[in-house]
Amino acid sequence: MSLLRIRNLSVDFATASGKFRAVDQVDQDVDTGEILAIVGESGSGKSVSMLAMMGLLPWTATVTADEMTFDGHNLLTMNTKARRKIVGNDLAMIFQEPMSSLNPCFPVGWQIKESLRVHLGLNRKQRHARAIELFEQVGIPDPERRLSAFPHQMSGGMNQRVMIAMAIACKPKLLIADEPTTALDVTIQAQILDLLASLRDETGMGLVLITHDMGVVAETAERVSVQYAGQKIEEQRVVPLFDEPHHPYTNALLDALPERATEKRLPTIPGVVPGQFDRPAGCLFSPRCKFADAKCKAESPAPQSDALGRARCFYPLNTDQRQAS
Amino acid sequence: MLNYILSRILTFIPTFVGVTLISFGFIRVLPGDPIIVMAGERGMSDARYAELSAQYGFDQPLYKQFWDYLTGVVQGDLGNSFVTKRPVWDEFFALFPATLELSICAMLFALALGLPAGVIAAVNRGKFFDRALMSTALIGYSMPIFWWALLLIIVFSGNLQWTPVSGRIDLLYYFPDPTGFMLIDSLASGQSGAFKSAVRHLILPTIVLGTIPLAVIARQTRSAMLEVLGEDYIRTARAKGLSTGRINGIHALRNALIPVITVIGLSVGTLLAGAILTETIFSWPGIGKWMVDSIFRRDYPVVQGGLLLIAVMVMVVNLTVDMLYGVINPKIRKR
Repeated sequence: MSLLRIRNLSVDFATASGKFRAVDQVDQDVDTGEILAIVGESGSGKSVSMLAMMGLLPWTATVTADEMTFDGHNLLTMNTKARRKIVGNDLAMIFQEPMSSLNPCFPVGWQIKESLRVHLGLNRKQRHARAIELFEQVGIPDPERRLSAFPHQMSGGMNQRVMIAMAIACKPKLLIADEPTTALDVTIQAQILDLLASLRDETGMGLVLITHDMGVVAETAERVSVQYAGQKIEEQRVVPLFDEPHHPYTNALLDALPERATEKRLPTIPGVVPGQFDRPAGCLFSPRCKFADAKCKAESPAPQSDALGRARCFYPLNTDQRQAS
Repeated sequence: MLNYILSRILTFIPTFVGVTLISFGFIRVLPGDPIIVMAGERGMSDARYAELSAQYGFDQPLYKQFWDYLTGVVQGDLGNSFVTKRPVWDEFFALFPATLELSICAMLFALALGLPAGVIAAVNRGKFFDRALMSTALIGYSMPIFWWALLLIIVFSGNLQWTPVSGRIDLLYYFPDPTGFMLIDSLASGQSGAFKSAVRHLILPTIVLGTIPLAVIARQTRSAMLEVLGEDYIRTARAKGLSTGRINGIHALRNALIPVITVIGLSVGTLLAGAILTETIFSWPGIGKWMVDSIFRRDYPVVQGGLLLIAVMVMVVNLTVDMLYGVINPKIRKR
């Protein structure tokens, strides 16, 4: 039984110009102690699917799923009050912009201690001791003094460490990191990723890493789920995915990595992700796919077998019949 | 911080001179002659008129009169009232507690209702409560004060007889007023019913004076809250599993207070201007009524001094508001 199990999750947003489907029939499993990376371009619904699971979407969103369980709790039938006991406690999340994700009006220590009080009911002294311990754990120097600092007095990397400390304050079973390094310098990115991976090793929590950076995936993740235009189009363990991608989109993404480029000019994927009004009838990737034929443009492909990475493609690559170009 | 305060106080100087000039010019532009008003219906001889003119310095050129006035003001001398012959300074501070008491009550009334109303409206954005509240606030904002006051007097004092029509306290009670605040003094006097009477007298003027600030605060709180509720740190607070009350009331409201405090500061000017009407209608013995009476009497020193002191008050309040920004959101402290 996996820690997090999501089946057939869809999220629709009510917009002024009608319904917009941000997440389309996504399945997802995360095991204890596992690092899953969800990759995809902007707008592919990676964050939205996890925010839906956390119950953090605005009221304009409609979430439907066949199954959504976390650690034995059914998140679908749970009321908000019961969910609040889990969210921030066993199930934690950190965000893309550490600077704006912390409240500018309160010292960072206060913001961490708040979780400790609400979820664990620690007294003042215990909260202080635990906050210092957490700061040390995430590598913030001089924790005693830093606790009373405000977010604007610290760097982005330090703030992200504070966010991580806040997220792991109640020893969560699953941590979702939504592009945790996007807003940070490259050198700091590596430190934060190392920190997340080592925390996983220490605590045995599951870790979901949402990212659009294939480099981050290769370095950190164990299993990779690729999303495109709201659909999950492929899922594999990290090494096979990089070696033998089955979906043409994954293949194209990997081709576009600068490290893999063989020509002087970096290959790109023509076109853009379909939006609300130009969603194709068949396979969502078909307008940009160099292998697409009439069938791809007419019918929506179902996921293939596990051996083929559950690729949503009629003609998966790197099989016996077909080799990637 | 100290440098900042000092630099702000330096900017007071041109404002101060400007206000002095305007109040000095404004009262002289009004038709009517204070000496003729003083003479009353019987009038006076030309010789006596010239004598009085010379006594008050009206025979001097205007710039000379202004200079004399300004030098006096800088030395703390606002002149004496033409009518009572008492120093403007003394008169102002004898009456100011009444206005201050009313203004504080009106502001507390506006805050106590406006802040929660704005928060609730923002949280229930687009729903019935939000719409109802915001339309009511718009009506409140556009309501002419004098008409609103008369309406309340007719209903609550006239028809229902719940509240008195005017004054600060029933004539039955008499006690010393060391602080000038009727609520405190009545309580200190120990006379039974005095405090209750003072409260009953305060209710209608408070509502009337507080209505416009209430509407402004409610609308400003709502829009500030709406903006803040979309911020990333509110999502973080929700991801921490905090209760809705805690998120809205602590995480969001603290950030939304900055624009709200700004309008509170600006409302002080409106409040003092509104006090002039409210005090006149309710015969409230404060500086508003005092100013109106002085304008009718062409009591130049009183009008000038009163305007100047009110302006200084507004400046000080707004400086305090600027200081408060840094207390509420430390990010602003860093300049």
